[in-house]
Amino acid sequence: MMEKLFLYLQYPFVRYAIIVGVLIALSSSLLGVTLVLKRFSFIGDGLSHVAFGAMAIASVLKLADKMTLILPVTILSAVVLLKRGHNARIKGDAMIAMISVGALAFGYLLMNVFSSSANISGDVCSTLFGSTSILTLTAGEVTACVILSLVVVGMFVILYNRLFAVTFDESFAKATGVKTDRYNLIVAVMIAVIIVLAMNLVGSLLISALVIFPALSAMRVFKSFKSVTVFAAGFSVICALAGIIISILAGTPVGSTIVAVDVAAFFVCFFSGKLIGGIA
Amino acid sequence: MALITVKDLALGYENRAVVSGLDFEVESGDYLCIVGENGSGKTTLMRTLLGLQEPISGQILFGDGIRKNEIGYLPQQTQVQKDFPATVAEIVLSGCAGSLGNRFFYGKKEKQKAAENMKRMEIESLKKRCFRELSGGQQQRVLLARALCAAERILLLDEPVSGLDPKVTAEMYSEIKKLNDGGITIIMISHDIDSCIRYAGKILHLGENIFFGSKDEYLRSRMGKTFTQEGGAIA
Repeated sequence: MMEKLFLYLQYPFVRYAIIVGVLIALSSSLLGVTLVLKRFSFIGDGLSHVAFGAMAIASVLKLADKMTLILPVTILSAVVLLKRGHNARIKGDAMIAMISVGALAFGYLLMNVFSSSANISGDVCSTLFGSTSILTLTAGEVTACVILSLVVVGMFVILYNRLFAVTFDESFAKATGVKTDRYNLIVAVMIAVIIVLAMNLVGSLLISALVIFPALSAMRVFKSFKSVTVFAAGFSVICALAGIIISILAGTPVGSTIVAVDVAAFFVCFFSGKLIGGIA
Repeated sequence: MALITVKDLALGYENRAVVSGLDFEVESGDYLCIVGENGSGKTTLMRTLLGLQEPISGQILFGDGIRKNEIGYLPQQTQVQKDFPATVAEIVLSGCAGSLGNRFFYGKKEKQKAAENMKRMEIESLKKRCFRELSGGQQQRVLLARALCAAERILLLDEPVSGLDPKVTAEMYSEIKKLNDGGITIIMISHDIDSCIRYAGKILHLGENIFFGSKDEYLRSRMGKTFTQEGGAIA
């Protein structure tokens, strides 16, 4: 089995998949802590469907580089969703649900009506559940992904103290001079970038898992914000790594294998949290 | 000049005024209680003073070298905080976030300030404990320490004793009184009219009629008489 793994690791595309997978898992877990605590767990789901819709439009328009459409549209939706979250006429959760299913339906409709591909359901399925496309990444895509995820991780680290203040108590932070709107905007842009990146890895239906499972698992066991954040990051990286390796060895789909590992690890954290009662 | 001067202020949401024609002044060292029925605009006034929302019309002037975000704030607890994984030390230190300026991380000065304020609120021993596991009174002390990290001169308290048992309530009031005696200006929203009368120096009563003046004037006024009696009858 180890031999088989080492054999695969000699192929650059396998190494690319591991690098990209680990970085996406890392950055999504960091943002996940903030999003879960601010009751925005579902934003990942909503935005990924928007990204799916944008991708369908990009395919119909036959854009050479689909990212030029997907990324701006997703960022824009993220900004609108996070900004309107609180005191809007349509409440945050209803808004996310609305945009989410709306985009999903339009995306599928467009792909069906205008698609030139012979295998529509295959295309749709691989966009929704992730595909082997993570194994067909080019060196350019890998570089872009590495840079973007490192920017997200770097931003998270330098803004850590402010993000904590804004997450714990936005009104207080704003009243005492923290520019909360600016940091909400940064979080919105970062989450949009992560989601677009993660579409390649786990597909648009399963992205939420990368955002919420690490944070929720860490919160079962740890009690300080710092330890929750650090543990979530480690949890996510290890699960992604394990998921990718299992999927290579067992020939299972990459995205759902990673998420399955996340779910299993969540239950381990859940029960150990019950058992030991939490660590500060 | 007064610390805060409010002139002909109208407050509300989306141009629908809840309160209008509001005039009052807060001097350094004051203990002002804001009372009034539910929906009379107490919290709206507080949010406006803090700059969290814009007034519909009128002016709020800050004097005596106070800048807009130099007001410490003890908000009502939110749903988010009930299961938030954070230690007492992390939360108190986060009061310094507004004064980070161009820096990204807290330095010695901020950490010392947090330590001092934890000592002041007698929560040093809880430093490493998780916020969500503390009692209501302990949580309020933590949030007060955080507010003191943000501002040393004025504190705005939004119903600081709601949900606390009578013994802890009394402790909380005496803690606030101590801060006031130490020179910190207190502006407090409260439902508890008896304690307002006991501790406050000035009263601002919001409602159909607005009253602003010293506690003694308030007790003599018709409005004060009705409200305190009603309050007494309910209690």
